[in-house]
Amino acid sequence: MNNYETVFILTPVLSDAQMKEAVDKFKNILTEQGAEIVNEENWGLRKLAYPIDKKTTGFYYFLEFKADPSVIEKLEINYRRDERVIRFLTVKQDKFALEYAEKRRNNKGSKKNEAPAPVKEKVAEKVEIEEKED
Amino acid sequence: MAKQSEIRYLTPVSVDVKKKKYCRFKKNGIKYIDYKDPEFLKKFLNEQGKILPRRITGTSLKFQRRIAQAVKRARHIALLPYVTDLMK
Repeated sequence: MNNYETVFILTPVLSDAQMKEAVDKFKNILTEQGAEIVNEENWGLRKLAYPIDKKTTGFYYFLEFKADPSVIEKLEINYRRDERVIRFLTVKQDKFALEYAEKRRNNKGSKKNEAPAPVKEKVAEKVEIEEKED
Repeated sequence: MAKQSEIRYLTPVSVDVKKKKYCRFKKNGIKYIDYKDPEFLKKFLNEQGKILPRRITGTSLKFQRRIAQAVKRARHIALLPYVTDLMK
């Protein structure tokens, strides 16, 4: 069993119910293969940085799960076959990613009301890049 | 006469003290660079969305590779653009 995380983007033309249905479909695919879903996040409708299939927005959905490597292949085949999915990314979590993901989950759980401010960013703001290339 | 004090400047002469660049990830103990956080990754991109070289940011090689990986992942899921003008 490995730890994975996956992000997929659904077309913005779907209604809320249709979107939920699509998300459930992929979650079912995972659980049927014996994967254990650790975390899920709905990022909602977001603006894309560049148009994909002439669409400028998309529903983002994020899943973290534990599974065998063979599950990934099946999941990605299903992503490709489903025309509601316009983009997807599946990544195996290494030990650093795992640590980070745990922290992220805890942060999200403990302060839901507050605006989520990653610790990382605060630290980095102190430091500035002195020069910028043209 | 005091020759050394002859020359006077209107503005204090800026003596270039070279600031040593350092790797912020090593300094702050950041181990993982998240591709899901485009605002953070933008610190390592120029206006056109290109990855800044190490010689400018001072990042160590190890973390430069990880930045590159994270930026490329973020681009794939449309959190960051591949090409753009005036990103900030």
